[in-house]
Amino acid sequence: MIRTLLATVLVAGIFVAGCGTSSNDAATTGGTQAKSGALHFVFVPKSAGNPYFAEVEKGLQKGAKELGATIETQAPTSADATSQVGTIKDALQRGVDVLVVSANAPDTLNDVFDDARKKGVIVLTVDSDITGNEEHRDASVLPTDFAKVGPALVENLASLTGGQGDFAILSAATDAPNQNAWIAGMKEALKDPKYAGLKLVDTVYGNDEPEKSATEMQALLTKYPDLRAVVSPTSVGLGAAAQVLETSGQYPGGPKAKGPGIELTGLATPNQLRAAVEKGVVKKFQLWSPADMGEIAAHLGAALHAKKFLPEEGKSFDVPGLGSKTFSAKGVVYAGPLVTFDKANIANFDF
Amino acid sequence: MRWREMVPLGLLLLVLFWGSRVSPRFLDAPYLLDSMNLYVETGLLAVGMTFVIMCGEIDLSVASTTVLCACVAAKWCPPGCPPSLLVLVCVGAGALLGLVNGALVAWARVPSFLATLATMAAFRGVAQAWMGPYSAKWPVLKGLDRAHVVGSAVPWPPVVWLVVAALAGLLLHRTVYGRWVAAVGTSPVAARFSGLPVERTKLIAFTMTGALAGLAALFLGSRLGVVRHDLVRGLELEAITAVVVGGTSILGGQGTMLGTVTALLLVAAAKTAMGVAGVKPEVQVTVVGVLLVGAVLAGNMSALVRRRPARA
Repeated sequence: MIRTLLATVLVAGIFVAGCGTSSNDAATTGGTQAKSGALHFVFVPKSAGNPYFAEVEKGLQKGAKELGATIETQAPTSADATSQVGTIKDALQRGVDVLVVSANAPDTLNDVFDDARKKGVIVLTVDSDITGNEEHRDASVLPTDFAKVGPALVENLASLTGGQGDFAILSAATDAPNQNAWIAGMKEALKDPKYAGLKLVDTVYGNDEPEKSATEMQALLTKYPDLRAVVSPTSVGLGAAAQVLETSGQYPGGPKAKGPGIELTGLATPNQLRAAVEKGVVKKFQLWSPADMGEIAAHLGAALHAKKFLPEEGKSFDVPGLGSKTFSAKGVVYAGPLVTFDKANIANFDF
Repeated sequence: MRWREMVPLGLLLLVLFWGSRVSPRFLDAPYLLDSMNLYVETGLLAVGMTFVIMCGEIDLSVASTTVLCACVAAKWCPPGCPPSLLVLVCVGAGALLGLVNGALVAWARVPSFLATLATMAAFRGVAQAWMGPYSAKWPVLKGLDRAHVVGSAVPWPPVVWLVVAALAGLLLHRTVYGRWVAAVGTSPVAARFSGLPVERTKLIAFTMTGALAGLAALFLGSRLGVVRHDLVRGLELEAITAVVVGGTSILGGQGTMLGTVTALLLVAAAKTAMGVAGVKPEVQVTVVGVLLVGAVLAGNMSALVRRRPARA
């Protein structure tokens, strides 16, 4: 036991001794410049392997190129609430000027964001904000005015189903702030008498995992034999649901369709649903442009870092090629309205 | 120091050396010590897990125990309550949940893999059903990871972890109970015929592991300031990794607390070094996997080498 303690002390000693001899130049103020001169962005998406965030990254890259900045993406391996903390701490230690984070949870990043801002790093959230804790970040670039997403989804659903029938929602995680905001918006929109024929029978959660989303979709088809439609406001969920629907043959005009068949719609990237649209499994779905979000974040981050303006409500700034963007309350910038993709136009998009 | 402990220690030194070569920002004491905060929860789970695995059992429910304890504490302790109450609730709830596991394994004779697989789902399920999609604010003792031992850059949680590990090491290697654990893990049948309390030994090991998972909940909540049902997924596997890399035999009977501690430091150092070197997290996971296999193989090799007569 004495040996054990000694060895433990020895290991700790090696740590500290090793540290003493290092060149410690990280703790400079005014941002931890990675390369002198070039602005360095670190992008932390929700998790690795999501094509949606690859698209945001493309936009960031494009913006960075225009600005002469460098970009590096560090995706946590799982999309849970704590996975991003370590990733961000590492980035701060390595050196970063602008952090662009798509928050997995609204309230677990406050401390690490505060640390970053103390070092002069500009902290932006993109796509998913830390709702209720906005004071811990500088500004946020959000896809589109969330208040309009719910109604747009319902309107789209009504046009597909003739405003009649039972439908279910396949969401991501139970606490994904954007998902919940849109679902609340849909429920609000459904109160309109013109949608009286649409009935929401269930909301299920696939955690943005293809497998779990597919399982949940399968369960919906089994549980609700009279289901008329499914809305999945998430790329991963809609992609998985489309595959399940195709296999089941219950899509409109499918081999096992009861009556008009089951309509599937929601939000996803065109590439993810291209095959499903071409086969007629999905008629139409919607999204904004995630690349635009990245591009706006790049220009906004650079401008804030250079202290060109403050993210005050009503303040406008120009993004080359995307026009003028205006801050809403709490430093939020919306990227743009929803685009509807269908057989006629899907060939024009590649993301 | 035994052979099996030398492996993770050697690897740890290698990682520290490599880390210092790839990034000038790695060997920065405050940063390294601060990074240790992220591994305290795993470390506490690994300390308990060492006893369970030494008994020849496994506990897959530790991360779920941690999450449920954290939820219980956040829901039951009023904001600003005495810190001692919070510690008591966390550790007490953990011990109770550990006792459930122990009872299932020792008394109901359910194989521990199945019993704790079930409680892993059940404990987290209870937390999820109870909390729903919401977070609960941590009532008191926030920011323990930012509280430093007076006059140094050493944060409190890793210190607490090392003290707990040292006490656990004494218990494992210097007490009658520790000998029971080794005997039960080596051969439960032989232990029973020798008149050792096999059931009680296992019951204590699981209860202790639960209590340590409760203590981990305390640090988790204080570090994040809010708790939810979906935290620390997969942490049980990281704890098991540390125990096995540390030279504890997955079959039971053999192992040391020092090995577990060293292995945990190894994983922490490796992940921190890779993080600061900008290695992608998905690659980091792979490297930790390779480390696991390598350490186990090296441990086996060293055992083989030692059976041969020494060469001059």
